[in-house]
Amino acid sequence: MSNLALGALEVGKTLTPEAVLFWILAPLAVVAALGMLFAKKAVHSALLLAWVMVTLAIFYIAQDALFLGIVQIVVYTGAVMMLFLFILMLVGVDSADSLVESIRGQRSAAIVAAIGLSGLILSLISRATIGVEAIGLKDANSGGNVQGLASELFTKYVFAFEVVSALLITAALGAMVLAQSTTTKSRTAQRDQSIARFRGASLATAAGLPGSGVYARHNAVDVPALLPDGTPAPLSVSATLEARGDMLSSKPFELEVKEEEED
Amino acid sequence: MDISNYIYLSAILFTIGAIGVVIRRNAIVVFMCIELMLNAANLAFVTFSRIHGNLAGQVASFFTMVVAACEVVVGLAIIVTIYRSRRSASVDDASLLKR
Repeated sequence: MSNLALGALEVGKTLTPEAVLFWILAPLAVVAALGMLFAKKAVHSALLLAWVMVTLAIFYIAQDALFLGIVQIVVYTGAVMMLFLFILMLVGVDSADSLVESIRGQRSAAIVAAIGLSGLILSLISRATIGVEAIGLKDANSGGNVQGLASELFTKYVFAFEVVSALLITAALGAMVLAQSTTTKSRTAQRDQSIARFRGASLATAAGLPGSGVYARHNAVDVPALLPDGTPAPLSVSATLEARGDMLSSKPFELEVKEEEED
Repeated sequence: MDISNYIYLSAILFTIGAIGVVIRRNAIVVFMCIELMLNAANLAFVTFSRIHGNLAGQVASFFTMVVAACEVVVGLAIIVTIYRSRRSASVDDASLLKR
């Protein structure tokens, strides 16, 4: 243990707690990334990717990049993954990939190529970084990480910052234009509906459907109106109420016609 | 622990993302794999920033995040537009130029 602590004090090495953090979280990140690769459902992929992003945020904070760690959580796991899940809900959560290869041997070729790529990157990087002494960010972060980043961003990189802001606005506009659905035919207005009613076959409903209720005795929407001859008018009650069986009979509200004749 | 372990992790994650772009056919999952590759590059930037002792790497990582956000917004809007006209989010179905 003391050997390990002594080793941690060497230049270019990290302290023991960070090593523990790394060796716990890095395998988890790799496993989650592989799970994202092989998960059949897109929602599972999205959740595993969110986990990888949280792990990376922890690594940023462990490497003295506090601002980037917080931004990673807010922007990536917050906004970007939420957008992904939102689009998944829109497109269909159950949209599972078919696992049949459309090009023969594509998957095995991809894995061979990936092993080659990772071998190339890893060997090049190890040549460049093995034995390099990490200077560390103590001096650069002496006035605070956010302050240090801000002084870099608004002096040396201010032009890039402006260009990026223009890019953000353009992207927002582009997304609005792309996501907007164009209507191919114009919406029917009240005037068009009125014309259609008068041009229709029957003029009985040209002035609109009759209102519900039995005038003077009852005016609820579930009681059909009475026609001048005393019969109920079924058109006066909504078809939904009728189908649900909620329509009341207008019989009890009909005026009793007295048969008495005056002498 | 050697600090280059972070770079190795970033290379592995980048490779996993690259495999995903090649073998997955759901356009949304392909997009997620691109996000994974960008994130892996960000981890490398942050680690190099620590190795070199200045904040230039972190600034580059910050810009990458902004560009990635733009890319996700526009890309997902394109996916939604394609899905609306073809009822499918599979990259195999968008092969109009082939015929």
